[in-house]
Amino acid sequence: MKHFRYTILFSIITIVITLPVMAKNNPVHPFEDGKEFTCANEIDRLLLRSLGKKNITPANICSDEVFFRRVYLDVIGAIPDAKQAKKFLLDSKLNKREVLINSLLDDERFADYRSQKWCDILRVKAEFPINLWPNAVQAYYHWIHAAIEANMPYDKFAQELLTSSGSNFRKPQVNFFRAIQGNSPTQIANAVALTFMGVRLEKFPPEKRSEIEAFFSQILYKKTAEWKEEIVYLNPQFYEPMTLKLPDGKMAKIAAGSDPRIAFSDWLTNQQNPYFAKNITNRIWSWIFGRGLIHEADDIRGDNPPVHPQILEFLEKELVSSNYELKHIFRLILNSNTYQQSSIPKSNNANSGELFACYPIRQHGAEVIIDALSKITGSQEKYSSPIPEPFTFIPTEQRSIELADSSITSQFLDIFGRPARDSGLESERDNSPTPPQRRHMINSSHIQKKINRSKKLRALIRRSNNDSELLIKNLYMTILSRQPTQTEIDAIKNHYQDKKTSTQEAAADLVWALINSKEFLFQH
Amino acid sequence: MNNDINNFKITRRRALKLGLLTAGAVTIGEPFSAESAQVKEASAKSVIQIWMWGGPAHLDTFDPKPQAGSDYCGPLNKPINTNADGIRICEKLPLLAKQADKYSLIRSMTHGINAHETASYKVQTGHDSGRLVYPSAGAVVSLLKGYDNGYKSNIPPYIVLTQPQGRFSESGFLGIKYKPFSTGSDPNRKVFAVEGIIAEGIDDSHQLSRRALLSSIDTFGNVLGKNPLFTKFDVNEEKAYAMMFGHSRDVFNLAKEKDSLREKYGRNTFGQSCLAARRLVENGVPYVTINYKGWDTHKQHFQTMNRKLPEFDAGISALLQDLSDRGLLDSTIIWCGGEFGRSPKVQWNPPWNGGRSHYGKCFSTLIAGGGFKNSVVVGESDATGSEVKNRPVHPQELIASIYKQLGIDANSKLPNLAGVDTKIMPLEKGNKLLEEIM
Repeated sequence: MKHFRYTILFSIITIVITLPVMAKNNPVHPFEDGKEFTCANEIDRLLLRSLGKKNITPANICSDEVFFRRVYLDVIGAIPDAKQAKKFLLDSKLNKREVLINSLLDDERFADYRSQKWCDILRVKAEFPINLWPNAVQAYYHWIHAAIEANMPYDKFAQELLTSSGSNFRKPQVNFFRAIQGNSPTQIANAVALTFMGVRLEKFPPEKRSEIEAFFSQILYKKTAEWKEEIVYLNPQFYEPMTLKLPDGKMAKIAAGSDPRIAFSDWLTNQQNPYFAKNITNRIWSWIFGRGLIHEADDIRGDNPPVHPQILEFLEKELVSSNYELKHIFRLILNSNTYQQSSIPKSNNANSGELFACYPIRQHGAEVIIDALSKITGSQEKYSSPIPEPFTFIPTEQRSIELADSSITSQFLDIFGRPARDSGLESERDNSPTPPQRRHMINSSHIQKKINRSKKLRALIRRSNNDSELLIKNLYMTILSRQPTQTEIDAIKNHYQDKKTSTQEAAADLVWALINSKEFLFQH
Repeated sequence: MNNDINNFKITRRRALKLGLLTAGAVTIGEPFSAESAQVKEASAKSVIQIWMWGGPAHLDTFDPKPQAGSDYCGPLNKPINTNADGIRICEKLPLLAKQADKYSLIRSMTHGINAHETASYKVQTGHDSGRLVYPSAGAVVSLLKGYDNGYKSNIPPYIVLTQPQGRFSESGFLGIKYKPFSTGSDPNRKVFAVEGIIAEGIDDSHQLSRRALLSSIDTFGNVLGKNPLFTKFDVNEEKAYAMMFGHSRDVFNLAKEKDSLREKYGRNTFGQSCLAARRLVENGVPYVTINYKGWDTHKQHFQTMNRKLPEFDAGISALLQDLSDRGLLDSTIIWCGGEFGRSPKVQWNPPWNGGRSHYGKCFSTLIAGGGFKNSVVVGESDATGSEVKNRPVHPQELIASIYKQLGIDANSKLPNLAGVDTKIMPLEKGNKLLEEIM
């Protein structure tokens, strides 16, 4: 019923917004080079087949300029340097996109960016309501980061989080159980199901819920003399053998005194499990495309089917046969032409983006935007935490996507939709555009100072030797990772034609305009 | 064509707003609005919350205990009479003592929580920790008296002067739309450069020239034409410029006030924040929080009190007087306190050397305006201010009372993602509204 209501609402909106037909055949420079969609791998074949049934044509392949910037932002959450961009654009090797994908997946910043995402889901936060305190935040964050960096197989990652016991300051994995609002079996089971099955257990029938809860009914917590430290352990009084029902109806025999969580984790990470691989491959898809094949990415249920079921099935199988190596899934998706489509749809279908018949645009995440601004201007952000007292200051050379603790207050990050990390829901991160964001970007002293005090921009001006066209080109490469078009150069020159603006001021204006452009603020 | 994501996001958010996820509480097409019973006739229109971040000592502000001796009072042992019969307050608040005909005091606030983050949550939302993070009172007001319900001004409906409070996410499960707008800058500076509204060193013609430049090179925006995400982006931009060039920047311009009045409020961040708050409620903003830091006095407590109390005294007294002079006090609730009080017994030993620690068992709150009665003391603490002696007041009772004065039905529901039954501010058994002052 709820689903049906959504559909109504959906179609109302899509009818109202009829979009112009554009770019039917001509490539849109500089975003496309004129290459039509071809199949690079199995994902593309499955996409074509699925879209074909709906009579939808996929978009063209995106230009090298677009691809280069896009893949940097999707894989490591950072914009590329102008120099790297130039080098890539000049490279004539046919496999240069694949080579770049591999090098970014091996970049240490891949782990930084993935850690941020996992910290959203695993609720890594020092203060209310999770109250991990900076000690456990650091322990938990570093464990997650190290696991990603070491490319830990995903089944092992889940097992470690689900079956550990000990102090949450010393055994980082137990923070999975600690970073939940409340510690009743119901609340634990809800968090486990949301995180690793991608389901909302609240929507399950009560008997099914209590069956899962039983596996987490023997977990106890105790405080220690250390402020906010907690020990997660199994109820020592629990010696009776028991038989528990797994979500698929099979029975699990738990020997006297053994850990029922292990039985659950074994069931979860079994190759036949209907949720485990589906959930994570769909999540990876959503991290790359901004929305899942099943949307929302953590709301898997029978009446919320994937838009292209065969693609998801294919990725699930690939994950299992690769021994749960998540990077393998990233690699498959990134190397597909499905991913490398232009964001300019060819089809008139209003749901092209949702059906992945083009690359769906969306605003960048809060941390990504501020890091990009800092990089462009060579400036730094100051973050501090009021705990533990006296205040702790975060090293200024650290990027915002590396912030381990979401309790650290920041007006910018709040405005741009950083999640509070209260619930672990993917939807907590909200990248939709809002009026306060526009005000902040257009007119805040925060952003003005970043531009006006930038030594990096001043050096760029000096290096341009009063050649305004060269300066324009350098600023475009630095900010948008591409050369300006002749139309853009003319428009800028035209703008300053009758004005007596200093180079310094004109450059500041142009920087301001480019960072306020949709091209800069949106992943495309 | 595209959008997809945003379409969906809008749809989902909208669905949420419509209450579709709250088990069919509201049906499609019916906005979550004043008409659907949340907001009724009210005596109060606005709230100014003076948030004494860190927890002010109740003994050294609104609940002095001179008889308890120096272990409890330290040097502040000569409370002064106010212009209300029988009410005495700390001797460092002489101006506030002359305004007791304009406020009441609650001396029996209690929640028993001694950790900042959990106490902040409890006091600002009224809710206990649980499965969901509830929105602060300001976010609830912003939902029910903000843009969804007829608020038209382009000044945000929920404002924090000047820095975000932190400790928990103020908008809770309502999402970022209901987060407060924190102004940044300092109203005591020559230019109160409110983030995103007033920028220094760039004049109007320069702003317009920049905007023209931006629109002349919006290549990607033009290619994707009427993408709904971009349409929304453009609408937001219109709103941003309307705010930058409109009346709102005058509202934040404190130079429009007489110098003598500015002096009265006190030429410091707190005093000028009080003045800015007055200008905001005067212009219809329903909820303003002054995030007043510096009350977490574990060490050097009395030195800090000597410094801060005069500034606090001037700011809040000027605010009460000014609102009253302008006929705004009856429609503006002032709510002043922190997340807890401070330990009645002074910690004279090292490392504290005369400090007070967190104390959630018993503390005080000042409440004024908005139809609340004046010159009443609600509840009482014991001889040392350590325990509530009678009429314990829990944060939920205070917040439910504030909602009542604002016409907000505390028993109506809030939309939330989890589909849980979430009443705005349900009272537990034994809880009651502050009938003494209503």
